[in-house]
Amino acid sequence: MAQKVAMDIHDGAYVNLGIGIPELVAGYIPEGREVIYHTENGLLGMGKVAPPGAEDPELVNAGKKYVTAVPGAAYFHHADSFAMIRGGHIDICVLGAYQVSEEGNLANWSTGNPDDIPAVGGAMDLVAGVKTIFVITKHTTKTGLSKIVKQCTYPLTGKNVVSRIYTDLAILDVVNKKLQVRELAPNVSFKYLQQHTDAKLIESSKQ
Amino acid sequence: MINKQVQSVKEAVSDIFDGAIVMISGFGEAGSPVELIHALVDQGAKDLTVVSNNAGSGHVGLAALIENRQVRKIICSFPRTAISVVFPELYRAGKIELELVPQGTLAERIRAAGAGIPAFFTSTTVNTPLAEGKEIRRFNGRSYVLEEAIKADFALVKCAAADKYGNLVYNKTARNFGPVMCMAANTTIVQARKLVDPGAIDPEHVVTPGIFVHRVVEIIHPVDESKLVAENKKYHGIKQ
Repeated sequence: MAQKVAMDIHDGAYVNLGIGIPELVAGYIPEGREVIYHTENGLLGMGKVAPPGAEDPELVNAGKKYVTAVPGAAYFHHADSFAMIRGGHIDICVLGAYQVSEEGNLANWSTGNPDDIPAVGGAMDLVAGVKTIFVITKHTTKTGLSKIVKQCTYPLTGKNVVSRIYTDLAILDVVNKKLQVRELAPNVSFKYLQQHTDAKLIESSKQ
Repeated sequence: MINKQVQSVKEAVSDIFDGAIVMISGFGEAGSPVELIHALVDQGAKDLTVVSNNAGSGHVGLAALIENRQVRKIICSFPRTAISVVFPELYRAGKIELELVPQGTLAERIRAAGAGIPAFFTSTTVNTPLAEGKEIRRFNGRSYVLEEAIKADFALVKCAAADKYGNLVYNKTARNFGPVMCMAANTTIVQARKLVDPGAIDPEHVVTPGIFVHRVVEIIHPVDESKLVAENKKYHGIKQ
């Protein structure tokens, strides 16, 4: 999945990767493409995770992991960092999801469980401001429920914000509030995919 | 003569009063002014509203201030971390109030206060539960939420170097909320790793101009919060 996302990130893109699986995308950018990573806590030009022994508690990413900065990096305060996001300067953001709807609605910050401590971080700012939102997620939950749904039942992070969804079963495009299959994973048929998807899918014209 | 340096953290936080709104810089550990926070634990002001991105880890720093029951309400974007224990317990028991604000909106509400802007419109949170009860207005065919500025009585901020005029530079991603919080408080209190002579910071490189800063205290060797948390250290405060 991360590799598929990486293939769709163009040379010269400014990219923000969400915490968790989205972070893996950086490892798969094809050679010859230069991508600049933004981390919303205040760094443009984020490098790899800091090697053991070189961790700096004042150089972290949005997930509070110790990272490095590449030559040509820049540090800035939070209002500037979110001006980059809200102002539409970041090209692509890759996020995880609890649920994505066929209209491109995203739920990824809260399950609505009253016992959970609510926390949102920068997720709502990212989906509202970044030009293109990619979601990377397992197609179903651990209990087999589809995460690609007709309508999100969890509280929304943003409405009509997702452009493309990368799962272990397929790549789906949100086109005019409908989900169109862009690519099926190896050995996955459209029929199988639809059976495992709550939302209605449109078969790709290419296939 | 202007000299914003004070000699101790105790003196620096001495006038923080009960019920004050206090901004605390930092993104997790990075940029958190732990020595100033511990001085506030010692000082004992109660009923505080704290504005900070997170709600503390372990039992030191911001978590110690909360654990000491000095915080009535916290305004933050992400109150839970892997090692956050104090806030979740008090929150579930209904003993601390939470205003959850998206990170960028939080930064901009603080910046707006510092810039004399009472409110602004943002597309962040439109069509989400966090926009409930807020004014929505359309501009150029898109919906935006009205968000109000957050002004503070005090800001506690950590930086890398300062001079006696309060000009500041920061270190890497520890800058985070520092510059906007300095602007948004009536009294901004800074702990710097190094006090330098005026002019030692190139005017081209000053990040926070001294006009936004009121007190500076030098803490040459600040504690390493993550180390204290890993060792399960607890800050109990010094009775005054």
